[in-house]
Amino acid sequence: MDDSTMELESVLKMRLGSLVAFGRGPRPWDFTLRLRRAEDVVAAVAAFQETGLCLATLVATDEEATDEHDLKVRYIFEPGIGFPFPLPDLFVTLTASLDPRCPVLPSIAAQIPAANWHEREARDLFGIVFTGHPDPRPLVVHDGWPQGLYPFRKGFDAGQRPAVEPAEEFPHLVVEGEGVFEVPVGPIHAGIIEPGHFRFSTIGEKVLFLDPRLFYTHRGLEKRVEGLTALDGFIVAERMCGVCSLSHGLGFCEAAEQIAGIDIPGRARTIRTVALELERLYNHVGDLGNISAGASYHYGNSAGSRMKEALQQVNEQLAGNRFLRGLLTPGGVSFDLTAEVAQSIGRVIDATEEALRDLTERIENNPTVLDRLDTTGILSRADAVNLGVTGIAARASGLDRDARRDHPHGAYADDDGPRVKVMTVDEGDVHARLVLRAAEAGESMRLIRALLADVPTGLIRVDFPGALPPWRVGLSAIESPRGACLHWLRSDAAGRIDRYHLRAASYANWPAVAIAAETAIIPDFPLVNKSFELCYSCTDR
Amino acid sequence: MIRAILRNLKTGVVTQRAPLPPPARFRGTPSVNPGVPFDSLPGPSVCPSGAITGGAGTDGYAIDIARCVFCGRCALASPANAIELGREVELSARRRDRLVVRVERGADGRTVIPAAPAALEPVANRIRRLLGRSLHLRHVDSGSCNACDWELTALLNPVYDIRRLGIDFVASPRHADGIVVTGPVTRNLETAVRRTLEAVPEPRLVIAIGACASSGGIVGRSYASAGGVDAILPVDVYVPGCPPRPDAIIFGILLAIGRLGERQPAGPR
Repeated sequence: MDDSTMELESVLKMRLGSLVAFGRGPRPWDFTLRLRRAEDVVAAVAAFQETGLCLATLVATDEEATDEHDLKVRYIFEPGIGFPFPLPDLFVTLTASLDPRCPVLPSIAAQIPAANWHEREARDLFGIVFTGHPDPRPLVVHDGWPQGLYPFRKGFDAGQRPAVEPAEEFPHLVVEGEGVFEVPVGPIHAGIIEPGHFRFSTIGEKVLFLDPRLFYTHRGLEKRVEGLTALDGFIVAERMCGVCSLSHGLGFCEAAEQIAGIDIPGRARTIRTVALELERLYNHVGDLGNISAGASYHYGNSAGSRMKEALQQVNEQLAGNRFLRGLLTPGGVSFDLTAEVAQSIGRVIDATEEALRDLTERIENNPTVLDRLDTTGILSRADAVNLGVTGIAARASGLDRDARRDHPHGAYADDDGPRVKVMTVDEGDVHARLVLRAAEAGESMRLIRALLADVPTGLIRVDFPGALPPWRVGLSAIESPRGACLHWLRSDAAGRIDRYHLRAASYANWPAVAIAAETAIIPDFPLVNKSFELCYSCTDR
Repeated sequence: MIRAILRNLKTGVVTQRAPLPPPARFRGTPSVNPGVPFDSLPGPSVCPSGAITGGAGTDGYAIDIARCVFCGRCALASPANAIELGREVELSARRRDRLVVRVERGADGRTVIPAAPAALEPVANRIRRLLGRSLHLRHVDSGSCNACDWELTALLNPVYDIRRLGIDFVASPRHADGIVVTGPVTRNLETAVRRTLEAVPEPRLVIAIGACASSGGIVGRSYASAGGVDAILPVDVYVPGCPPRPDAIIFGILLAIGRLGERQPAGPR
């Protein structure tokens, strides 16, 4: 344990006093603090905030069938902006135990806006009531879902299918007043994109307020993996999201390997990391094309989609799948990095680098495009901090965070592994996110070259057990193309999956899109949306 | 400006003429070889998406290609190459049962592969007459993981350029000849999916893209998902894959409009 972790421990002990019982876990150096009384959560969280810890995710579990006979809410914090010590790779879990017959605890959403959706989700899926929540509308379950039925409780039969009732009008938050119009958009959109509903309140073209409603693609995947082996659960985790397949697969693998106590070979870690950067790269260049489309710059759209296509073809050479599915497996990787595949990757990267330079130059020299991008969709640093925004969206608003450095994974965890150069800009507008995305694509190419130049020899996987050690928790954070994704996994008595929770980067960033849209006009919303480039599917799960 | 024009000339035409052959590691349809010991076939528990039924202790065995997520576990788990992964891409079918690979236990305890159900006759002339060779489709995401969506988007890139075939995606169901659906039908989208199809003028086509839309795939049927699209709407063409490659989707769309016929279902080679 390093000095800053010890110092943090003493500061927390001083500030929290007798409110909590101190412990360790899930990783040996992390902290787990159990609240003696659930209602003290507000005071404990205030102490965390003072210490510079920010909310990473919230995980609810149904542990009624265990010795503890309770529902638990785990608030998982990490060192964030304002943390006084050098940022350690650390998670602090604050655990509240609730009576399953009457699961009530105070909401912290007013203190920490990032907790807003988490609490609503836990209410919808577990029936946990967060008193004083500023926005207690349903989030995950739609259209006539029966009251009092909570699908993530262990007693809920997963095959049960309550009838879809005609929906009552959802109580959207709208602006009222003379000249104010409501513009409903979605869930089925005009383009080939994922479903979500956006309710704009506008005056003229100006967006006054945007109330997004998501979770249309909620497939109950976290429930789906319960009772599966880690090997089977992995196949589902890989399919939570198409364009984050590799990132989510990696997060699941690292959490499962933590539980199993397995160290994977260095060669496998390097191959995984090459793939992680390839995923980032094809997403980033594709999105530069999509932002161009949003600005009606068709050459840019075409150029971006071509670059993406070339990268997806090389993905298929590496993994047998254009989304890199099937490359990873708990315990290592399924395919080796042959000289032939490495050469293909090298060639495509060289071509992408040139095409990317050409595209960014053309965008920067095109006043009609720049005019659309500059000062559009601004996310302020303060809002980014409050909402716990992550990834490029955070770094384009000046927050120096990147899970590849802050919670090292893959080859970034190796002592002699490559180091990511974390870049930030301060403007927080569409242009800032575009510039940063192009720069990070360049950094990914540098990292891939560095990784390919020094692939360790040896095995590409080790055996992974069919059953995990019982009742253990694994926690991992992966920097996906959209930002940090947190995976929380727990094994049950039989060594199968008891609970798996994914907090995708998009989940943290969606509320920021709504705020950024308020600085834009309606026709620029697609541009704002594409500059964040969020997934619906890994948000909704 | 001059530089831009020169660069474009240098690039030339990037659109591919014929489907791109899949690379060596591509995982295609699992197929069972005839004459291998029936009881050695990997059981249902080997398949994470539940595509395998039957096996040891029964007389029948089936792999549902519409449910398959092409992970390759069954081939890895089968001794002596009882199951092999094919390299076919053009798997789409107009009948759901054409996508089920059936195997029987022979008298000698070895596998026998019965003939596959016949393909449907080519698409009704009425559709051909009304829609011609061109097709305008509306995309509906019914709860997909977005991989199939991205492959549909890829059809519009300069490499596949599906518009050269007279096929395009339109913004409104009222302008469409049919819908392409990606994803299992989630509870939260069921109403929207039904209403989108109702808005498409008849005659209309429904094309299910990918394992989830074709059968529920890895998601299956649960409180949150109705399973495949055909649980709530009639489906004209099923395009298996997780996700299907862009070439496979093009094949499925051309099959739907009768410009191409079905390929032989995967069987013994």
